[in-house]
Amino acid sequence: MSIVIEPAVLEQALAGGVLIGIAAAGLLLVNSRIAGISGILADATGRQASVWQWAFLLGLGLAGFAATRLGHAVPPALGQESLPLLAVAGLLVGFGTRLSNGCTSGHGVCGIAQLNPRSLAATAVFMLAAGITVFVTRHVLGQG
Amino acid sequence: MRFLPILSAFAFGLIFGAGLVLSGMADPDRVKAFLDVTGAWNPSLALVMGGAIAVAAPAFYLAKRRRRAVLGCGVAAPEDKLIDTKLVLGAAIFGLGWGLAGICPGPGVVLLGFGARGAFIFVATMIVGARLAGVFAPPSVP
Repeated sequence: MSIVIEPAVLEQALAGGVLIGIAAAGLLLVNSRIAGISGILADATGRQASVWQWAFLLGLGLAGFAATRLGHAVPPALGQESLPLLAVAGLLVGFGTRLSNGCTSGHGVCGIAQLNPRSLAATAVFMLAAGITVFVTRHVLGQG
Repeated sequence: MRFLPILSAFAFGLIFGAGLVLSGMADPDRVKAFLDVTGAWNPSLALVMGGAIAVAAPAFYLAKRRRRAVLGCGVAAPEDKLIDTKLVLGAAIFGLGWGLAGICPGPGVVLLGFGARGAFIFVATMIVGARLAGVFAPPSVP
């Protein structure tokens, strides 16, 4: 194993994290809503749909569109990944996040920011499961 | 229909998405490099969660204290504190999917804006997966 440290990347990661925190704080204090994206997406496409959810999702998507206008390339991984694998991964992410009632944003940021024991447990489990999955696909099966 | 909460939700979505792009969370290669602890480990994404939590935590503390937000509706009730099979199993299934694609829900939506075909497949199946969870394991709390 080795550790890759790139100072510029660390700064971007921290700055991006701060932006995410500002957005989560703002949505909580101004809208009284938790910035849990799996939940917002599931509700927006279900019977509990409301306009603020679509406004939030539109903002998220528009950030991606703006990034391409500013010269951000589509991540190469997305073009190389097989579509069936993305479909399976999407199913698992959608199913798992609803079963556990949260994802990286809902449990990992908003839940941990409140020291919610459920969120701490969920975050530990999904990080561990994701780490094991990458270990098996890369170092046992020799893929991706 | 009040306009201001819709505008603010849009603005916070935009800021959240900008944070995901800037931080590298919307780059599946970077996410996998973060998860690949035994390989060429790139720990930078730990700062994303750390930075976000550091900024969000005071807001949650404040919200709990005043219980009433700027625009009048009450703060969302905290979840129950029970760590049950659904929580652990769901988180494990989510982690499996996250590790396979390197994409979690937020970046999935952001990547739709990139116009990437793979992102459309991912988000569409994610919505199907969420529906299936609703069928097989309906939420116990209304």
